[in-house]
Amino acid sequence: MQLNVNGRSHDLGDIDPTTPLLWVLRDTLGLVGTKYGCGIGQCSACTVHVNGAPVQSCQLPVQSVEGMAITTIEGIAAEDGTLHPVQQAWIDEDVPQCGYCQAGQIMSAVALLARTPAPTDADIDAAMSRHLCRCGTYNRIRKAIHVAAERIEKTGSAA
Amino acid sequence: MSDRIDPMDVNPYLPEFMREAAAAAARTPVSRRQFMKIAGFVGGGLVLGFTVGTRSAAQENGHGAHGDAAFAPNAYVQIRTDGTVVLYAKNPDVGQGVKTALPMIVAEELDADWSTVRVEQAPISMALYGAQFAGGSMSVAMNFDTLRRAGAVARAMLVAAAAERLGVAAEELSTDAGYVVHRASGRRVGYGELAEAAAKLPVPDAASVPLKDRNDWKLLGSRVTGVDNLKVVTGQPMFGIDQRVPGMLYATYTKAPAIGARAVRANLEHVKSLPGVRDAFLLEQRGNPIEFNPASDAHLSGVAIVADSTWAALKAKRELEVEWDETHASNDTWSAAVADAKRLAAAAPQQTLGETGDVDAAFASADKTVEGFYTYPFLSHADLEPQNCTVWCKDDGTVEIWAPTQTPQNAVTAVASLLGVSEENVTLHQLRGGGGFGRRLANDSVVEAAAISRRVGAPVKVQWTREDDFAFDYYRPGGFHSFKAAIAGGKLTAWQDHFITFTRGGPMPISTANLSPQEFPANRVPSSRIVQSMLPSRIPSGPWRAPGSNAIAFAVQCFLHECAVAAGRDHVEFLLEVMAMEPPARPGPRGFGGAGGPGGFGMPGLDTERATGVIRLAAEKAGWGRPMPAGRGLGLAFHFSHQGHFAEVAEVSVDANRKVTVHKVWVAGDIGPIVNRSGAENQAQGSVVDGFSTAMGLEVTFENGRAQQHNFDRYPLLRIDRAPEVEVHFIESDNPPTGVGEPALPPAAPAICNAIYAATGHRVRTLPLTREGFTV
Repeated sequence: MQLNVNGRSHDLGDIDPTTPLLWVLRDTLGLVGTKYGCGIGQCSACTVHVNGAPVQSCQLPVQSVEGMAITTIEGIAAEDGTLHPVQQAWIDEDVPQCGYCQAGQIMSAVALLARTPAPTDADIDAAMSRHLCRCGTYNRIRKAIHVAAERIEKTGSAA
Repeated sequence: MSDRIDPMDVNPYLPEFMREAAAAAARTPVSRRQFMKIAGFVGGGLVLGFTVGTRSAAQENGHGAHGDAAFAPNAYVQIRTDGTVVLYAKNPDVGQGVKTALPMIVAEELDADWSTVRVEQAPISMALYGAQFAGGSMSVAMNFDTLRRAGAVARAMLVAAAAERLGVAAEELSTDAGYVVHRASGRRVGYGELAEAAAKLPVPDAASVPLKDRNDWKLLGSRVTGVDNLKVVTGQPMFGIDQRVPGMLYATYTKAPAIGARAVRANLEHVKSLPGVRDAFLLEQRGNPIEFNPASDAHLSGVAIVADSTWAALKAKRELEVEWDETHASNDTWSAAVADAKRLAAAAPQQTLGETGDVDAAFASADKTVEGFYTYPFLSHADLEPQNCTVWCKDDGTVEIWAPTQTPQNAVTAVASLLGVSEENVTLHQLRGGGGFGRRLANDSVVEAAAISRRVGAPVKVQWTREDDFAFDYYRPGGFHSFKAAIAGGKLTAWQDHFITFTRGGPMPISTANLSPQEFPANRVPSSRIVQSMLPSRIPSGPWRAPGSNAIAFAVQCFLHECAVAAGRDHVEFLLEVMAMEPPARPGPRGFGGAGGPGGFGMPGLDTERATGVIRLAAEKAGWGRPMPAGRGLGLAFHFSHQGHFAEVAEVSVDANRKVTVHKVWVAGDIGPIVNRSGAENQAQGSVVDGFSTAMGLEVTFENGRAQQHNFDRYPLLRIDRAPEVEVHFIESDNPPTGVGEPALPPAAPAICNAIYAATGHRVRTLPLTREGFTV
């Protein structure tokens, strides 16, 4: 089976096709930025993009995404290493506490800004309520999304 | 400062090992804290370690100052000849931010350029670092002085080296962002150029080096983003779960659904035949794993499945069938405990914890008596990163551990004991924990990984499922307070609390289920009586963020509000009046302190002035007393814990369907000077969200010894759409800086519940709020 992750094709050999994408990313490909939190689609720590849309990778058998474009937290910065404005805003606003949920949060925020460049608080609630942050960094997540949106508007590009 | 410190004075709700560590640190005078050079590391330059008393402890540990030791980065400060400044963070970071805050303290006195500082997690060494743990909000309080002096000693050596180099007196030199500067001539020498010469100089006495005046701080008090944030936002490996070792196998460990049951047999041959499974076997229970003890090598009975990948192990676990012997299993049931507690509350108390004044006389002469029965549930820590650990028991008898633990030194002790090896043969790598909240003070997953690695002879990562994490916690204990208070002349004249808690038998409650008889306001009111009765329990319990305080503050601060309402008084004025009451003389067997008492590890305790300051500030910022529309109200609460004084005001509305909206919470805290302003505000904001989240809808109930909540679908943590805005203000009093991971949490729930009363007239006496018909 072939899997397209962050613009690269990976040969998964005879992997169990029911393996959730989460564990293929983490154990097979060593892309451990995508996190296991609950395994039942409640916390969204495992969020990645499939064809640009945020999805919970713990709920996706790998066979269901064969041939699709998968992007993980390791793949959203520019090729020269320039961070995505959402990543940069997360650092500038010092969003993380433990940091465990933040990769998933960032993936949803990136997808939100791609389709809604100037989100309202209600837009942010709708897009980000799938995520749990046990440390309670919600005030700063909201702020960082607004900051990233303003910067994208000023520079006219997402990265 | 007295050199006889009673560990109970530190905080009566913390585990013994933490109180002992804090007391030991407080007992060591500055004059006995000395630094030493550590030579022989790669790259040359100046490396400073820290040792208490003589230098021999460090030398015996193999990290001597003779220059022949191997590369030994056992230090707080490394200045390399290329100018790199490496600062070592001694304690684990589980989200509380000490990996940033502790090195900032060194960097301030060193006058390092923070933008070029590299921070690394320290290795484990009691000889060089003293106690290393994340708990009790103690990292800053316990280490502030030592870390300042580490930076100042290094700076003094660099200045001395520069004085020699430039041929000028040291007094003519100053330092600035990684350079020694000769003001008169404008010459500047970088720290890297001086490192080799500085390393040859004698180490000055730590007690004699000058420290900066607080007004001259540049870095401390500023906003610094977390040192690992780049790794966080780019998904680089850093958490326990991210660890990979060549040849590593993946394991699950299935324990009995009822706490304390024993695995008799399982369909092991079938499980072993499944794809990717290497081995499957039973492990007998060892020791008494339901008692919280970070250094314990105990583990529960269960079945290990060892596989080539996490998924192979998890998939095989689904087909695992185990026969359990429940003869000695817990049959605890929460609903039964609630009924029993109400019965006990109506009976004579079993124990008297403390009594002052003439309580009966105060009630006899009261204008009014107020009564309330308060209930709070067991809770899970619910760290977002499920428990895990990687251990490699090697053929040569040495052991390597990669653990996201809050108590790394205890983990080494536990594994050495389990395997029967000396602690010198056990190496532990501190990894970041995806949340701690006290859960990672226990090393049960570490012990399991060690037992399984020994059996299979390979590096093994044990991965708990979310369901395992909920089923096998050291839970925040539930409890009950049956209060009675006397009001006379509009004042609180007597306070009585019949506390109903849990015990394994004997006179002591289970871990963190105790109540200090000096808990506020018993230590202020002229007449008070604190009594206790206990129910038997076999549920494991342990520290949960702000242990004791996280529950007691809810009950006490809500009932005090009931008293204020009954007295017809404004809550702020009533609370301040109680705070200012003269504490009665209190003879007693020991100086119960901590939360509300005389404070800990040489730190001031509950201070009326500091408390008054934060209560007034929170009220002022919230616009206390302003008119509110129907269904909307302000609520106040104060709590002192972990040396922190915190007052919070919540603005809450409740609609016709009893849906609760917390619009905003104002936090006023006094933890002395702020180390990292960004980190401190983040902790306070998160604490309030945690407090609301928990009070709103979280509980772990038990049926016949089984936790009934297995995943987040039945343990609904708050999400962003319901999170309040949290505005944080600090009074930076001239007291020693103390921690902020915990003390902002306890006032949040009572402030919100008091606001619900203001909005609706409904008095919340049971948590979570969903139990009283509220929704979020």
